[in-house]
Amino acid sequence: MANIKDLAKQKELFTGGHRGCAGCGAVLIARQVMMAAGPDTVVASATGCLEVVSTIFPYSAWNVPFLHSAFENSGATISGIEAMYRSLRRQGKITKKLNFIAFGGDGGTYDIGLQSLSGAVERGHNILYVCYNNEAYMNTGVQRSGATPKGADTSTAPVGKVKKGKEQYRKDLTAIMVAHGIPYVAQSIAGNWRDLTSKVEKALSIEGPKFINVFQPCRLGWSYEPELTCEMGRLAADTCAWPLYEVADGKYKITYKPKEKKPIIEWLKLQGRFRHLSKPENKPLLDDIQAMTDKNWESLLKKEAAV
Amino acid sequence: MAKSNIVARTGNEAMAEAMRQINPDVVAAYPITPATEIVQIFAGYVADGLVKTEFVPVESEHSAMSACIGASAAGGRAMTGTSSQGLALMAEMLHIASGLRLPIVMADVNRALSSPINIHCDHSDTMMIKDAGWIQIFSENAQEGYDNMIQAIRIAEKAKLPTMVMTDGFIISHGMERIEILNDEDVQKFIGEYKPEHYLLNTEKPITIGALDLPDYYFEHRRQTIEAIRNSKSIIEDVSKEFGQKFGRTYGLFENYKLDDAEVAIVALGSTAGTTKTVVDALRAKGLKVGLLKPRVFRPFPKAEIADALKSLKAIAVMDRSDSMNGNEGPVCLEVKAALFDKGLNKTLVNYIYGLGGREIRTQDIEGIYKELIDASKGKAIEKIQYLGVRE
Repeated sequence: MANIKDLAKQKELFTGGHRGCAGCGAVLIARQVMMAAGPDTVVASATGCLEVVSTIFPYSAWNVPFLHSAFENSGATISGIEAMYRSLRRQGKITKKLNFIAFGGDGGTYDIGLQSLSGAVERGHNILYVCYNNEAYMNTGVQRSGATPKGADTSTAPVGKVKKGKEQYRKDLTAIMVAHGIPYVAQSIAGNWRDLTSKVEKALSIEGPKFINVFQPCRLGWSYEPELTCEMGRLAADTCAWPLYEVADGKYKITYKPKEKKPIIEWLKLQGRFRHLSKPENKPLLDDIQAMTDKNWESLLKKEAAV
Repeated sequence: MAKSNIVARTGNEAMAEAMRQINPDVVAAYPITPATEIVQIFAGYVADGLVKTEFVPVESEHSAMSACIGASAAGGRAMTGTSSQGLALMAEMLHIASGLRLPIVMADVNRALSSPINIHCDHSDTMMIKDAGWIQIFSENAQEGYDNMIQAIRIAEKAKLPTMVMTDGFIISHGMERIEILNDEDVQKFIGEYKPEHYLLNTEKPITIGALDLPDYYFEHRRQTIEAIRNSKSIIEDVSKEFGQKFGRTYGLFENYKLDDAEVAIVALGSTAGTTKTVVDALRAKGLKVGLLKPRVFRPFPKAEIADALKSLKAIAVMDRSDSMNGNEGPVCLEVKAALFDKGLNKTLVNYIYGLGGREIRTQDIEGIYKELIDASKGKAIEKIQYLGVRE
C-alpha cells in the first residue's frame, strides 16, 4: 500500500476546482478512492452532490472517463459499461485491464438505487460500488433517507413540538450487501485515508462485485464547523456510531477497534442535527440511541469472533 | 442483388433474427409480454455461442435502458427490446439516451398501457414517449420489422440518436409470416463496423459524459438534439434507399398505397395499414378511388411530405391506435392536422380512435370508414372524432 507521501505525489484523478462545500466529505472520499484506484479506471455516478459539484459543464473534476445518467441507476450504469468492456475484451478489441467504480450517495444507494445495486451485484459484474453515505438527501436540502439515524433532524423528519426527528432506525445496508454473498463488503470512513485507500485497493484486487459503504460527515446537513469533517468521521468510529470493518468471502474483520469506546453523545453533541438530544427531556431517546449503538457493536464483535 | 432466404417466422422471431445478424456487443433486457420472446430467443443465441454479445439480464426495464446507456457510452453497440409498462418504466432513461446522443437500438412491441392492465396491441406505449428524442419507425409486418431493425443500426449511428422499431403486439409479434432473411455476411456488410469518436473505455482520452448543464448551456445542447432529429430525416431516407438498392425492398418515410388518384384516403400506422391495403384493393375493384398513406417514420414526423401527399384528397381518415387524453384528437391526427395547416389545406379530416387494448379491427370496419369518407366528400356531415368498435 502507498504511503501518504506517495499518494500526494500522484497525478490527481479527481482534481480541485470542483464546487464542493468547504469541508465536503464526499469529494474527499472521491479523491482518495481515485488515488487508490489509479488512472485505468472508469467511473459512473448517481445524480447527487458528488456528480453536481464535480461536473458543472464545461468543467469536470474527473481525469478518468466518467458517466452520469440518472439518480437510481448507478449499479445498472456501471453494469452496462463493464458488460461492454467484457464483450470488447473477449473480442480482442481491448486488452488493458480496467477498474469499474460506481459512486452513489445514500439516497441513490440505500433508497432509490437499491434495486439497481442489488441487480448489479447479483449478476456478478466486476465492479466496485462506493456509497458516500452522509445519512440524508443532502443535495436536495437534507431530507431523511433510509440511512438517516434515529433522532436526527432532517427537513422531512424535522424536530418539532411533538416529533423529535427521524423516528426509525437506519437500515443496515452493509448487512444487506453481505447477504448478497459477494466477495468483498466493507465499511470505511472519511477521515481515515489509510483505512479507505487500503480497502479500495483490496476491493479492486478481487474479481467480482464489491461494495464499500463510506461514512461521510456532511458539514451542511449535520451542521458542524467545516474544518471538523475528518474529526467527525474519526469520532464516529471511536463511538462505534460507524464501525470500520470488512467482510471478505463472508469473513468478518473489524479493521479499527477504538482503545476506549466513547459514549455516542461525544459525537452527537457536535452536530446541529442532534442538538435536541442534549435536552434533559430527550434523555430516553439518547439512551435508546446509545443502546442500539452498543447492540450493533456487540453483534459485530460476535460476527468477527464467530469465524 | 444480394440473396435472401425465404422462411416462416413470427414477428418476434424475425426481430431476434435481425439482432443475431447485427450481433451487438451488449444486449441488456428484461422480459415483458409480448416482447419477451425477442430477448428469450436472443439469450438462446448467446447460450449457443452464435453471437459475440454480452447479455445482461437486468432486474428491470429501467436498468435495461440504464445498462444500454452505460454500454453504448462505453463504446460499442447496445440493443434491447420491450413493451408497454417496460417502455413506461424506461421513460426517464429514454430521454437521457437521446440527450447523451447514444445510438441504442430497441425493438418495441406495441402493447396497451395500464390501467386497466392489458397485454394486447395498441400504440399508447410508443406514443407516450414520442417526444423523448428517439427516432421511431413503425412496421406493417414481420418483414418490415426485420428490415427496419437492420436499417436502424445504420440510422442511429449516423444520426447519433437512439432508434426504436415498432411491431404490433401479438398481431405481428406472434403471427407467423413468410419473410425473406438476408445472409449474415450481407447484414454485417450493410451495417459496417461501429467506430465511436469518443467513448468511456478509451482511458487514454478520458471524457465526462452526462455533466450538469445549467441555464448557460442546457438550451444549446437541447437545440443540438432537436437539430439532430430534424437532420435524421435525410439519413433515414438515404439508409432506406441504400437498403432497397442492395436488397430489393425499398422504404421511404411513409408509403403511399394507391394514393395518387385517390379521392379519399386513410392514414394508418403498423399492421392496420396491411389490413387497409386489402380493403383498398377490394374497393378499387368496385371502382372507388380510395387510397392509403402509411407513415413509417413517426419521429421525425415528415410533415411537409405527408401534407403534400394528402393535398389532393377530398376527405381523410386518420387512424389512431391510442388517445392523447387531451379531450381532442389522437396523436397521429394532431400531427397530420398540423401538417395540413402549414400547407394551408383545410381538409375534411376525421380521427378514428380504434383498437385500444387489442380490440379487433376488421376489413368491414375499414370499409365502413371509406364509405363514411366518400359520403363526407360529397358533403354529408360527419362526426370528426369517432371511437371505432367500442360499446357506448
